[in-house]
Amino acid sequence: MQADPAPGSLTAPLTLSFPFTRSLGPVLGTFLTGLRERVVLGIRTPAGRVLVPPTEYDPATGAGLGETGAFVEVAPTGTVTTWAWNPAPRPGQPLAHPFAWVLVRLDGADTALLHALDAPGPHAVRTGQRVRIRWAAERTGAITDIACFIPDPAPAAPPRPAAPHPGTFPDPVTTLTAPARLDYTHTPGRAQSRHLTALARHELTGERCPACAKVLVPPRGACPTCGVATTDVVPVGPRGTVTTFCIVNIKAKDLAIDVPYVYAHILLDGADLPLHGRIDGIPHDQVRMGLRVEAVWTPGTRHPAHYRPTGEPDAPYTAYEEHL
Amino acid sequence: MTKEPVAVTGIGQTRHAAARRDVSLPGLVREAARRALDDAGLDWPDVEAVVLGKAPDFFEGVMTPELCLADALGATGKPVLRVHTAGSVGGSTALVAASLVAARVHRTVLTVAYEKQSESNAMWALSLPVPFQPPLLAGAGGFFAPHVRAYIRRSGAPADTGALVAHKDRRNALLNPFAHLHEHDLTLEKVRSSPMLWDPIRYSETCPSSDGACAMVLTDRAGAARAPRPPAWLHGGAMRSEPTLFPGKYFVSPRAGRDCATDVYRQAGVTDPRHDIDVAELYVPFSWYEPMWLENLGFAEEGQGWRLTASGATALDGDLPVNPSGGVLSTNPIGASGMLRFAEAALQVRGLAGDHQVPGARRALGHAYGGGSQFFAMWLVGAEPPAT
Amino acid sequence: MTRPPADIAVVAFAQTPCRPRTGDVSEAEMLLPALRAVLDATGLRTGDLGFVCSGSSDYLAGRAFSFTLTLDAVGAWPPVPESHVEMDGAWALYEAWVRLLTGEADTALVHAHGMSSAGTVRDVLSRTLDPYTLAPLWPDAVALAALQAQALIDAGRTDEKDLAAVAHRNRTAAASNPHAQLRGPRPQGDYVVQPLRTGDCPPVGDGAAAVVLATGDTARRLCDHPAWIRGIDHRIEPHAPGLRDLTASPSTRLAAENAGAFDAPVDLAELHAPFTAQEVVLRTALDLGDDVTVNPSGGALAANPLMATGLIRIGEAAARIHRGEAHRALAHATSGPCLQHNLVAVLEGDRP
Repeated sequence: MQADPAPGSLTAPLTLSFPFTRSLGPVLGTFLTGLRERVVLGIRTPAGRVLVPPTEYDPATGAGLGETGAFVEVAPTGTVTTWAWNPAPRPGQPLAHPFAWVLVRLDGADTALLHALDAPGPHAVRTGQRVRIRWAAERTGAITDIACFIPDPAPAAPPRPAAPHPGTFPDPVTTLTAPARLDYTHTPGRAQSRHLTALARHELTGERCPACAKVLVPPRGACPTCGVATTDVVPVGPRGTVTTFCIVNIKAKDLAIDVPYVYAHILLDGADLPLHGRIDGIPHDQVRMGLRVEAVWTPGTRHPAHYRPTGEPDAPYTAYEEHL
Repeated sequence: MTKEPVAVTGIGQTRHAAARRDVSLPGLVREAARRALDDAGLDWPDVEAVVLGKAPDFFEGVMTPELCLADALGATGKPVLRVHTAGSVGGSTALVAASLVAARVHRTVLTVAYEKQSESNAMWALSLPVPFQPPLLAGAGGFFAPHVRAYIRRSGAPADTGALVAHKDRRNALLNPFAHLHEHDLTLEKVRSSPMLWDPIRYSETCPSSDGACAMVLTDRAGAARAPRPPAWLHGGAMRSEPTLFPGKYFVSPRAGRDCATDVYRQAGVTDPRHDIDVAELYVPFSWYEPMWLENLGFAEEGQGWRLTASGATALDGDLPVNPSGGVLSTNPIGASGMLRFAEAALQVRGLAGDHQVPGARRALGHAYGGGSQFFAMWLVGAEPPAT
Repeated sequence: MTRPPADIAVVAFAQTPCRPRTGDVSEAEMLLPALRAVLDATGLRTGDLGFVCSGSSDYLAGRAFSFTLTLDAVGAWPPVPESHVEMDGAWALYEAWVRLLTGEADTALVHAHGMSSAGTVRDVLSRTLDPYTLAPLWPDAVALAALQAQALIDAGRTDEKDLAAVAHRNRTAAASNPHAQLRGPRPQGDYVVQPLRTGDCPPVGDGAAAVVLATGDTARRLCDHPAWIRGIDHRIEPHAPGLRDLTASPSTRLAAENAGAFDAPVDLAELHAPFTAQEVVLRTALDLGDDVTVNPSGGALAANPLMATGLIRIGEAAARIHRGEAHRALAHATSGPCLQHNLVAVLEGDRP
């Protein structure tokens, strides 16, 4: 149903990167504080199962374990329940060299914890293998305080029940900072690419809907009221009418524009949809609905830098009323 | 086959704050859900299905969070749905849950909506950079302010209408222990003289950014009969969507909102909303939206909504109290904001709204909207079961 | 009670070809042909629809509120009763099915799309994990599936040769599917994460799908051979893989029981198993023997536009009933790490 990529279709890298701040609450905070102190805590459910990592709520019953459960300390040693060899670690993963992903049931636990196992190769990893924790040198109260697991040559100790633990530590961890970065390739699509390519030549274009004949600016590929593709490129502007606006008095981050400034909806001549832009070349308190303006570019920019008054008489209210 | 009547027998919400640093994400949703179950006299095994709603996953940096919240919602072995309809999502989520009961797919459903905006920074998540697009010039208020100006132009409303609404809603919030903002010292003069951020919108006329959650238990007639406290009954519910931008889009009074209300009133047998509805909890993120929605929802003629506000009719002691909870202007965990409106409407007709109770409320409207004034969800609840 | 008292059918299904990198189209532009196809097939206009529901994910797109743009492709004017799940479109279909059951509508449009190629999808999917103890380790989607595969191998339930056969059979079937991305067998290749090789993993691809549902006589009017939804149900399991037996899928089993899957034999099953080993788990959970045709479309191993893959399973099963190639079919959709959340639908044609 689709043609091959049209020449001139635009793409661009898009990176989303943010350090999320996670408050932990009592159970997770206690678990992660324990890791900082090289202590692995689980939580015992009313049915007697020991969950490691602990969950705040019993996955089996929904019961609140912070209220009815009890912290227990489990061993830093355990048994691999399943594994997978990762020959090419990806960004953010626990080890930068090839390693095994493992689920490990720590001694005293009834569930398995996901982490990395540092081993020389897949031949050195098996289900049932004994492993122990290698602690990170610097620990902050995070799952990465466990640097990884390593093979444990010692034979398994006889099973013993996990020991109760009060779950209290000095200076408990209450938040976790979790940076997350994801990289994307953004595709604005055919219609927007046509529009953006014209904009780079400092030409304003819209696209006409074959069904309702309205001219959409900027075009987004489909007429939103008819649900059909737009294909017919129509020049619009560069003059237009301010339909409505606001005066921005609050400085936006990353925006090198002094306040106050006017942010307006502008109905370009020939268009049936107002677009948004900044008004300059007139004191902000003299901008009004119906003001006639035109696009102004600065060299090298794709989008108009702003719109300025043309000096024409204001458009009558009736000329733009239906676009409010 | 007629629909099963749907009753609201449990309502819970968290304490709302700019940052709930004392709880995890599971802990936040759980706080509301547990309170809703307690209100309904139920426990986790009584819940057959869970419907979860919130706004963009980027707010907390957790994709498809129903997966990692399943344990906290006691959902093992149950169906879980995750709804996302932008700002209206809290309302849409409740309506999806209600449809599960109405269709007799499930008898008792837990619905939960939340946002923990402090995990990221809501403005970051709302304005993720998009390549090729011009820089966002205005922020959240700047998106709405030109439409407010258009409303003022069309209606001739006096400039202080927005301040009246903001003062009223923030005063109502003082009666609501769950509300985020409790501005005891706020006066009308302080609202009027607060900084003009996005002219014509002033600082005190804007909503806060909150962490919070809301939950409700919806059930059938048999469930309502067992409930320990009076239920609210669903008399009508609807969703309507229209495109973000299109030629002739009427931002001041979008047709999707009008059509949605018309559908709800038809289902509920409401012919004169001003007369037939006792209290309305409307999604008003910027104060001027009260008069705009009053017109959009048929409580006032076009261009006359501000007169209703100015007359005091929408005050807690007026004849059409609007936002007795304090509204979005006082509490705004985005994904939960719509459900909080729906829940307040239900609390009112159950007579359980505490200090912000409207005496004798029998029918109440809950309203939510989102996106570019394009997604609408509403329900009308009553103290009596619907006629079947 | 999850058996419908009302007759609701899939009356139309369309999908775009799944492509490794769409590159030139926006999401709305990608979706539009699928929407037009189902509306044209039924002769419905947007204004005729009683309900519209979609499934998609902001995290795939890399943009908040990304679903709002696809409403342009629907042509939602006058305004439509509409909803959206931030899930696979199979769950959007479930929501629409519930809506039709209430009697508030007699037709519904369901659509879904995934531009999986926009980001590095292996890493993007790690953001679905518990943000305290799992996500900070960035375990990617293949790693988690590989842990599940090794558990099956350890349990003696499969081996690498069997898994290669699963891959071969699915992609051989895909040779006759014009919408599939990998049409025909591929070499198993090297390990991506051992024991899973390239051939055990789904291709990364972009695509969209649309379905029209209708009730009773409306369905019969819009479609010569409606695919009646005899049952549909979905269930979730505890989140963390370490809490579960990865060799079993109790949620699939429970959903299938509630959907009536075991009431009578099915002719075919469309399983949402992006990784070969997951098909092994699902076949056991669903009691699918060798007499049942599994994934005649090629399944997710041949085309995996995330958030549409599950809806496509329902659509493919329905399309075979529409064409008279099957009478009773099972469709399955999954979500989450290691098959955490599963949906099962049972579709039937009218007896000839």
